[in-house]
Amino acid sequence: MDFLNYFGNVFTPYHLMLLFGGTTAGLILGALPGLSPTMAVALVIPFTFHMEPASGLILLGAMYTATVAGGAISAILVNVPGAPANIATALDGHQMARKGRASEALHYCFLSSFVGGIFGIIILIFFTPPLAKLALKFGPTELFWIAILGITVIGTIGNKSVIKGLMAGLFGLAISTIGDNPMLGEQRFVYSEHMESGIHIVVALIGLFALPQILTLLEESGKSKVGTYALSETKWITSLKYNVTRIKALSLGSTIGAIVGIIPGAGGQIAGLVAYDQIKKTSHSPENFGQGEPDGIIAAESANNAMVGPSLVPLLTLSIPGSPTAAVLLGGLLIHGLFPGPDLFTVHAEVIWTFIDSLIVAQVFMVVIGLFLSRHSGWIMKVPPHYMAASILVLAVFGTYSIQSSYSDVLLMGVLGITMYFASKLGFGPAPVVLGVILGPLAEDNFLQGKLIGEAGDGIFDYFFTGTINLTLILATLGSIAYSVYASHKMNKRVMLK
Amino acid sequence: MNINKSLIKKAAITVASTALLLSVAGASFADYPDRPIGVMVAYNPGGATDFQARIATLASAKEKDGKALSVGQPIYVTNKPGAGGRKGWNWFADKAPSDGYMLAAYNVPHFIAQSIVFDTKYNINNLEPVGNWGADPAVLIVGKDSEFNTATELVAYAKKNPGKVTVSGAGKFVGHHIAHLQLAKAAGVKLTYVPGKGGVGAMKLVKGGQVKAGFNNLSDAARAQGDIKILAVADLERHAFLPDVPTLMELGILVDNSSVNFRGLMVPKGTPANVISHLEKTVPVMFNDKKTLGKMKQTNSPVRIMTRNEVIAMWKERQSALTELLKDLK
Repeated sequence: MDFLNYFGNVFTPYHLMLLFGGTTAGLILGALPGLSPTMAVALVIPFTFHMEPASGLILLGAMYTATVAGGAISAILVNVPGAPANIATALDGHQMARKGRASEALHYCFLSSFVGGIFGIIILIFFTPPLAKLALKFGPTELFWIAILGITVIGTIGNKSVIKGLMAGLFGLAISTIGDNPMLGEQRFVYSEHMESGIHIVVALIGLFALPQILTLLEESGKSKVGTYALSETKWITSLKYNVTRIKALSLGSTIGAIVGIIPGAGGQIAGLVAYDQIKKTSHSPENFGQGEPDGIIAAESANNAMVGPSLVPLLTLSIPGSPTAAVLLGGLLIHGLFPGPDLFTVHAEVIWTFIDSLIVAQVFMVVIGLFLSRHSGWIMKVPPHYMAASILVLAVFGTYSIQSSYSDVLLMGVLGITMYFASKLGFGPAPVVLGVILGPLAEDNFLQGKLIGEAGDGIFDYFFTGTINLTLILATLGSIAYSVYASHKMNKRVMLK
Repeated sequence: MNINKSLIKKAAITVASTALLLSVAGASFADYPDRPIGVMVAYNPGGATDFQARIATLASAKEKDGKALSVGQPIYVTNKPGAGGRKGWNWFADKAPSDGYMLAAYNVPHFIAQSIVFDTKYNINNLEPVGNWGADPAVLIVGKDSEFNTATELVAYAKKNPGKVTVSGAGKFVGHHIAHLQLAKAAGVKLTYVPGKGGVGAMKLVKGGQVKAGFNNLSDAARAQGDIKILAVADLERHAFLPDVPTLMELGILVDNSSVNFRGLMVPKGTPANVISHLEKTVPVMFNDKKTLGKMKQTNSPVRIMTRNEVIAMWKERQSALTELLKDLK
């Protein structure tokens, strides 16, 4: 119960101020497309140079927690996910907003983030040593099968037609191979110097989601019904009462998020999507998803915040980050001479437990500030579409440029976005494309590594098809495909009956 | 009309004062530096090169009794990551201003090896070093439960089992890859190189037992000794962080210091001579700041401060050694 002893350190005026500032800034930065949690944490690290180690980490932890939740704000209100982790939130969240239920959707988002976040930190506090050992078992083959399992989700995410979903996913996988490949040490498909460093995930995210949204808003602004949606204010207590009854969505989301978080390299980016896919598949009324089903938000948001705590497990014990943001956080630890490993919890116990305790308090700040902001969400929904389009465009360009200070990224974002706008007219959705961009390198790099290792050992086939984790993942992949076929068959029958 | 008149007046004043300011800025060009200086880092924020660059430049604006102690202006870091550093360095050699207000961090042997293997816009001839702050040798490591306890045992096993020994490293054409090539050549063995996702990814493969061995940064390996065994250092001398670990040379495996990861600052060719001479004098002083050295020590970052001339010699030596080593790979 070490962690209980250090709560006092969190409740100093200075640390509470850092938590408040970090959370508020994190929610706002997270809501801006392009400023993903990874970027936000990287931006703050230089400031922590001059702070005490514990204070610096408290600020970084608060930013991490809040940006992950903040990305949902723009996903819900303007259909532009703030970060890849929030893609699944946009699918039902924005539909709810369009039906005038924006504040309600935001309530579910923050309440579920809180539940998932606390669950993740409990896992971090109590199960770190055994889970760290488990994390090490995920080598190239295991990660390859995880990527394949993720790809089975593509067909069912955000598209009415499975075939179109798969085609969009394939396009995403294809463009993910552009640029430098670290395994081969070669550049591929670089037809102009702008494509030299490939398609960054966040560039794809902004282009594919934000630009079509801007063009759609401009279309709407010309029509007589000036795009303000009907608004109904829901009291947060009403949302809370409903939210706590959604036990299945909450527990499924939190569990999946925690598992994905522990696996190093899988990236918390897919936690929300996998949870969304699972809740949809196991729902009694899967046809409601994509139309504004609260369970979609609840599962996705509890999952992506449940990922935060466990992604620190392999980081703090083995110096292996569980998510891209955790990787940046590693830099923040090293700068203060805090080297991950067993020493961290003994020699630096005070710093590290204060940090973990502050994560719990940060969750409380996040939910309170988030619910407060939700009350004013109506203001954003009332902005006339042409103003909205202009502001999103500014943010999209600024956000894209700021990722790698690269003008090429802005051009790529523009090209992808305009292509996506026309493709969306033909019924293709952006979510499978982004998922393809995320999973492509995960599958390819790990396959290449596994191939090299397998060839040096007993052969590739042996290496990929033995081991408990590999076989479990292969079975899960087959199960996921079989279930998709079965579920879509069942759904068609139900729709026919209606 | 009144409003308009005052607006025009204001606008005129603004334009005039801006022009005045600009002319002042132009006139004072001789007094380099008169505004903050940027450092371009070709890797992601939070990585080793990034945070070391930030620490190394902490003391740039320090002054005493109104007199600058080192460079004389604050230094900020800007990141242009991508393509293993190629993106940032291409930009730096091709597009960065050569007025001394944009410096870049270099990583040797990475950028030199890349300029040999790939069609890059940079090479040692169009870049000018101004000082070196760190040197991180590659070390040969194995997992904690590995059957190998010395580099000699590992080499003996590799001789009997060609290609069976998998060796991870941070990527292709970086220090770890060079060290692997040198080891294979010097010991006359065939090894299988497995590029990891950066140094962290390569280390994970060793800790998880997915590969038999690996080359990694001395600084990272030194603090991971609970999970790995360090067999040898690929440098000319033993390192202060690991006094008990022999060099490969000592074991009779003739691997020199070609793979050591040197980090420092440079400017593009065409930078005025007075700017280079100012930086050449003040940059090593900045690296030698007491607080900076303390932070470097705290973060386990191995420091090796070198002057411009020492770096020029080191670059040239690396260029010929790497050309020879990479000849067969092209």
